Amino acid sequence: MEFTKLAYESTDDFLYGICPKPVETRNGLVIGGGEMYPEVNFTLPPMNITKDTMPEVRRIYSEIIEGVLKKAYELHAPGLVIEFETLPEMTEHPEWGIEIHKILRDAMHNYEDKYGLKSAIRMTPNDLREMSRPPIMRSGKYWEAMVKTFEGSAKDGADFLSVESTGGKEINDEAIMNADLRTSIFALGCLASRDMKWLWTNITQIAKENGSIPAGDSACGFANTSMVLAEQGFIPKVYAAVMRAMVTPRALVAIENGAIGPSKDCAYENVYLKAITGTPITLEGKSAACAHFSPRGNIALAVPDLWSNESVQQVKLLSGFAPVVSTEQLTYDCRLMNIAAKKGHAKLMRDLLVESDCYLDPQAYVLTPENVFEISREIVKTSDPFSRTLNTARKTLEIIRRGLDKKELTIDERDLRWLDILESQVEEIPEDEEEFIEEMKDEVDETKYRPEEYGI
Amino acid sequence: MALEELSEAVQKGKAKIVKELVNQELEKGTPVDVILNDGLIAAMGVVGEKFKLNQIYVPEMLVAARAMSKGLSIIEPLMTETGVKPVGTVVIGTVKGDLHDIGKNLVAMMMKGIGATVYDLGVDVADAQFVEKAEEVNADIVCLSALLTTTMPAIEDVIKEFEKAGVRDKYRIMIGGAPVNQAFADQIGADVYTSNAADAAENAKEFLTKKYA
Repeated sequence: MEFTKLAYESTDDFLYGICPKPVETRNGLVIGGGEMYPEVNFTLPPMNITKDTMPEVRRIYSEIIEGVLKKAYELHAPGLVIEFETLPEMTEHPEWGIEIHKILRDAMHNYEDKYGLKSAIRMTPNDLREMSRPPIMRSGKYWEAMVKTFEGSAKDGADFLSVESTGGKEINDEAIMNADLRTSIFALGCLASRDMKWLWTNITQIAKENGSIPAGDSACGFANTSMVLAEQGFIPKVYAAVMRAMVTPRALVAIENGAIGPSKDCAYENVYLKAITGTPITLEGKSAACAHFSPRGNIALAVPDLWSNESVQQVKLLSGFAPVVSTEQLTYDCRLMNIAAKKGHAKLMRDLLVESDCYLDPQAYVLTPENVFEISREIVKTSDPFSRTLNTARKTLEIIRRGLDKKELTIDERDLRWLDILESQVEEIPEDEEEFIEEMKDEVDETKYRPEEYGI
Repeated sequence: MALEELSEAVQKGKAKIVKELVNQELEKGTPVDVILNDGLIAAMGVVGEKFKLNQIYVPEMLVAARAMSKGLSIIEPLMTETGVKPVGTVVIGTVKGDLHDIGKNLVAMMMKGIGATVYDLGVDVADAQFVEKAEEVNADIVCLSALLTTTMPAIEDVIKEFEKAGVRDKYRIMIGGAPVNQAFADQIGADVYTSNAADAAENAKEFLTKKYA
């Protein structure tokens, strides 16, 4: 399937909680069917994960899920999604990840049977492939462990399969530090996109065979890393803003190869994905400050179908354990959004959330519905990931420049300087992918990646 | 004036010019320690200050650090001959089981910026590797990084490895990473915790200056 136009005619219809292609789980929870649900994610407190500590790991996850489900039920959450993102040891030992998934899934079934709380679980094995340096993407023990984790949890009833895949990240890590768009375009448009095609063809197959839903990917290690480093004042905000839009063609590859949503929470690029594909999305923002800060806390809540906390450790706060606190925050957020929609104020709500953030930071500015549509239209003008990535970079820079000219967006002097630098970087990239790949093969440190793993 | 020119070239990241100017200074007979301190390190001091004042970003610091390295590579062999004391030696890495390296890379870059010789062991580094490298290069500082709550304990394992080898007190152990904090540093017996790369470099500089005063 190749997307050549947007899923929406007008930004007026581009709203939260609803999308043209909703997804329904086996137990009838509909994502994007008109109601927004919380998606809660959590992780362990500081501890080792070994065979000896696994009893404690099991106990902690049981404690977390009981607390989260109890709070969701008490607050009358109309539905709930739980994300279980494995820690590296749990994917390296697939039986551990599969077992924890089952603990969570069983507790969720129990709450549905006893109290009618409908819930679904997203299984996100971490991408282990980068444990080999340079990474081996398509074979070997790490890939095999990932497959086992996907398969085992899918067999045990995982509703959604997701991943934060890392193809091309081995090259992009250094590019981020240098705010080097040229190398980022190579990493995303040439390497990551090829990996995504291979990866998502496999994940979709596993999902089909086991009745799970292939949900989607996140370019967390690319765009979120950029966002966090920009937030800390390390790299230019304009680079992070361009990166956010520029990871979309990569994400689109997952949908074009079988994923149907809801795409993962930390992928703020999901808004472009929703505009193009009409599939449901998860996002995180102000209620994910437990995991990381962001300059788009409100605008992120403008159009998602699921609303997430990203991740939080099982630590005790004054009120209770942190995952339970997150559950309460997310449930109240969703409650307000849903009542606003029910009373016919969804667009007003969306616009308030957008306007409260969009002029204060270029990273928020590129997420307004109008800018999302403009960038998305640019993406679907061509069909190959490389030219889509390059065109996205150009269009996003153009939008930021235009925002500055119109004086509706302000950025500081050092970012202004970087806007010029990034524009120059993009100007020098050839239109022809093969020519570009040849140029980059000379420029990129060949000890850091294996071109053959990407078929180039 | 020429040293100011050298400093300017480093600040602007003009590596080729830095090499030329360092060679010119050597030909003129400028002492190696003067070139090092008043030319190269002073330039990185200015760059660091601009970064602190939010005038520039890390990529600009990296360009300057690369230019400085070019200059340093010329005078390094002469430092031993002329008896110039090194700024210090740092061994750095992300602990076992953890693949995150951007924060660690930033610290490594900032450490180079203060003129330290940096040995970056990479990510997912075994406990013993830190000890071996520190001993091999006679390091002053060992920097340990972790980004996951479940790899934090590996920092303590590395410290224990130094204790086991009987060399713990030879090194200043600095730690960092998103889930790490001062309480954790105190609990596991690390010498220093810093929350960001700039503070880490400043702390290291202060320590090394006192140590080699």
